[in-house]
Amino acid sequence: MRLLRLLYVGWLFNLKNLTLSGFFIIVSVISPVVFASMAFLMFRAGARPGTLLFVAIGAGMMGIWSSTLFGSGGAIQWQRWQGTLEYSIAAPPPFIWVVLPLTIATATIGLYSLTSTLLWGWLFFDVPFELVHPGWFVLALPIAVLSLGLLGLVLAATFVLYRHANALGNLLEYPIWLVTGLLTGLALLPGWTRPLSWVLAPTWGVKALRESAIGGDPGFAILMSAGLGLVYLVIGHFCLQYFERLAREKATLALA
Amino acid sequence: MNSIRIFFVGGYLAYRALFNWLRPAIYIPTMLGGPIFQILFFAYIGRFAGLRDDEFFVVGNAVQASALAGIFGMAMTIGGERWTQTLSPLLATPANRIALFLGRALPLIANGILVSAFGFAVGWALLDFELAASEIPGIALVVVVCSFSCTALGLVTGAVGLRARDVFFLANLVTLVLLLFCGANVPLDALPGWMQSVASGLPLTHGIEAAREIADGAAFSEVSGLIGTEASIGLVYALLAYGLLTFFEADGRRRATLETM
Repeated sequence: MRLLRLLYVGWLFNLKNLTLSGFFIIVSVISPVVFASMAFLMFRAGARPGTLLFVAIGAGMMGIWSSTLFGSGGAIQWQRWQGTLEYSIAAPPPFIWVVLPLTIATATIGLYSLTSTLLWGWLFFDVPFELVHPGWFVLALPIAVLSLGLLGLVLAATFVLYRHANALGNLLEYPIWLVTGLLTGLALLPGWTRPLSWVLAPTWGVKALRESAIGGDPGFAILMSAGLGLVYLVIGHFCLQYFERLAREKATLALA
Repeated sequence: MNSIRIFFVGGYLAYRALFNWLRPAIYIPTMLGGPIFQILFFAYIGRFAGLRDDEFFVVGNAVQASALAGIFGMAMTIGGERWTQTLSPLLATPANRIALFLGRALPLIANGILVSAFGFAVGWALLDFELAASEIPGIALVVVVCSFSCTALGLVTGAVGLRARDVFFLANLVTLVLLLFCGANVPLDALPGWMQSVASGLPLTHGIEAAREIADGAAFSEVSGLIGTEASIGLVYALLAYGLLTFFEADGRRRATLETM
């Protein structure tokens, strides 16, 4: 019960903290709206018939990925800079329960993206927001966010080994948008990218949301999202344990 | 003579000092890796949407890549002086302000050209994009002019940074506006009328159009008007930046707010 309370309070605190950051407003609201506008205009001018709801959901998921990438990827480094990393590790609860609410909060911030791209599309591009399977959509959304938050845990735990995590974040934004098919068809990409797509949560998250909204059978994609989330949790747990032990042994916890 | 020394030597030293954190481990993923994937991302959207061929997106995004260095670099130049608490001593010097700030822009223009050239090379290597040898000098000139005009816009952003607290927020916003309006990915004729009007006053719009025409085989004389317009827009932004710098410097002195973080 205390751990659940810690999870909730940590999540809420980080959510409020991130909401006040100008950088995250850019990443989670302004940037997705700009990319959505570009995509709406490109698809409208292009030769491919299709629904703009496909684009709105994809652009929203782009924002969820960006906020997870920048927020979670730099999570431990930020704690180092702020001087709070030692306290977080020395606190009685396992370290994972301190980091997990933060990474889930960074993915939750991404909900601003989905809301803003859907609203933007509806207001300015006549994108209808009519869900074919509203029940599935309501289930798919939190699972997609949670799954990305758990992927964020893996990012937080592994990026710490790279001193310039922010630069790595800059590098990984576009390629993940591309290989997870957020605005393109996966079939267009070279075959070798397919396994990469399968192990990344945004692929299944966006598929689940699209099939819930536009039509199809989202059950498998939702299951894959949830399953991948559990795998990320296990990987993140072991990576964090390893990092913590290494940092304690070498006394490098506070070294920025 | 002193102004020339401030322009070249001062600009070089300021770049070395303010960007001392810029190591290959940061430069390669951010300045080279990011644009590569930006080009690939939009080229694949273009294929999926059935909009234009790869050349359209390679040229648009490779030229647009020069904006990143100019806009963020200039914003960081002024933001960095503030951060390191050297802005007040710098502005207390009697140095010529044009030489002082344009000198700082020079390495960023060179950086923009390098990033853009890398974008073209990657587009040629990975996508369906060809460039004849005879087209390269024209494209190179366009890139130089676009790097200048974007850096001038970056100088405006940096000047506003003398007053605004969060100059990086502004730099991000300006970069996104350029990406949306300047025709790098959305053909200008697909934009609503008011966006086309805004685009015509922004850097990159005419440069990208000129670069695309050159890549399509147009002679240099056919696009010289577009290049001239791009250069003129850059000059207007440079003058605006100078005016804003002068105004905000005087205002910052009066209000004692130069180094307010």
